[in-house]
Amino acid sequence: MTAVVGAELAEAVGRLGPFDAAACMNCGVCTAVCPMGIAWLPRRLQRAVVLGLEQEVVAATEPVYACLLCRLCEVSCPAGVHITENVRTLRRYLNRRVFGL
Amino acid sequence: MTLPIGPVIGILADNLRLRGSVLPIPARRSTSWARQLGLPVGGPTVLYSGQMVQLIPYIEAMVAIEERLGGSPLARLAPLGRRLNRVVSLVPLMARPPGRAVAEYDRILVDVATLLSRAGVAFGALYADDLYTGALAHDLGADEAVAVQARRIQQVLRRYKVREVITVDPHTTHMLRTVFPRILPDFAVAVRSYLEVLAERPLAVPAPLPGVRTLHDACVFARYESVVEEPRRLLAQTGLRVLEPEAAGRLTECCGGPAESLFPARARAIAGQRVAQLRRAAPDAITMCPLCLVNLRRAADGALGLEDISSVLRRATGG
Repeated sequence: MTAVVGAELAEAVGRLGPFDAAACMNCGVCTAVCPMGIAWLPRRLQRAVVLGLEQEVVAATEPVYACLLCRLCEVSCPAGVHITENVRTLRRYLNRRVFGL
Repeated sequence: MTLPIGPVIGILADNLRLRGSVLPIPARRSTSWARQLGLPVGGPTVLYSGQMVQLIPYIEAMVAIEERLGGSPLARLAPLGRRLNRVVSLVPLMARPPGRAVAEYDRILVDVATLLSRAGVAFGALYADDLYTGALAHDLGADEAVAVQARRIQQVLRRYKVREVITVDPHTTHMLRTVFPRILPDFAVAVRSYLEVLAERPLAVPAPLPGVRTLHDACVFARYESVVEEPRRLLAQTGLRVLEPEAAGRLTECCGGPAESLFPARARAIAGQRVAQLRRAAPDAITMCPLCLVNLRRAADGALGLEDISSVLRRATGG
């Protein structure tokens, strides 16, 4: 399977609100502490947005809304990524892109 | 067992835009606590509920319906439900909480108001103009509907010349103190939770309370609004022995409440995990958010005693 990467998705999401996942160094602490226990949350999801993998992000719509916004990942993040605000911004994007809201 | 995400967010956002709340409830219900106490209308300082506590019995009733719908073919009718809801508000038709539940949650607001009065704080209430802040819609990314609501609330606070708002729950505190000033740079109202206000002065406790409790921190208080020390300072004066659970303060674990509207079954599983952690610390726990209280209570099913901090503090200060 091949995928075309690009900055367009992250730019489109970023136009709707703050999205600072570029600082993520992929350490996985956020996923390890996440009470939801969903593999997509939140590291893989943010990585997919940064890489511009829109189809994967759209396919992961349910995990995006499953996030509790509890911020346990964010206070544990060594790179200081604003993960919950990223998730909220991504919800704004999917509200438009997937649900036409 | 999830609900159709788009239509559910659509219904909640439509309700906020059209009716001023994600789950519109009758004004006689949302204002009964203030009427019971005969609080003055408005004033420079108001106790602002944001209808969050009053919404809990309705959320509970809706979640029970959602849990049944989530696994049934009826969930496919959600888009139709959204269209119908634009014309007729479905919440009063679907969610009919028992009067006992309504009275129990009203009691939290009465207790908070009583505690503030006992502490010598002068305040009024906004009755039917005490509007829901849109916290759930904000979480779901329905920012346009939230912006409309923020402007409505700003106009209300200006009309009553309110300078300081005292909040009850963490979600309303976060919306008014942190989110609204981002949406409206001229939103110039001081916002503090009642726990912060009470913690500034000594608590008058006539007779220490006996017993042991553990404390469940609300994520939004602990990690969004840095309200961690205040509840502990207050509880330390009650006489109760308060034991910390394994995840406490800034590292507290979620009650699952935020997943209720779209993933009720998952919300219950997370609440169950948290109940187990709390039970390992003590047989009874204290909460400080009405969403945490209802979610943990449902998951505990009687296996863990749960009480809002306002009830504990009221008992400690003379019943």
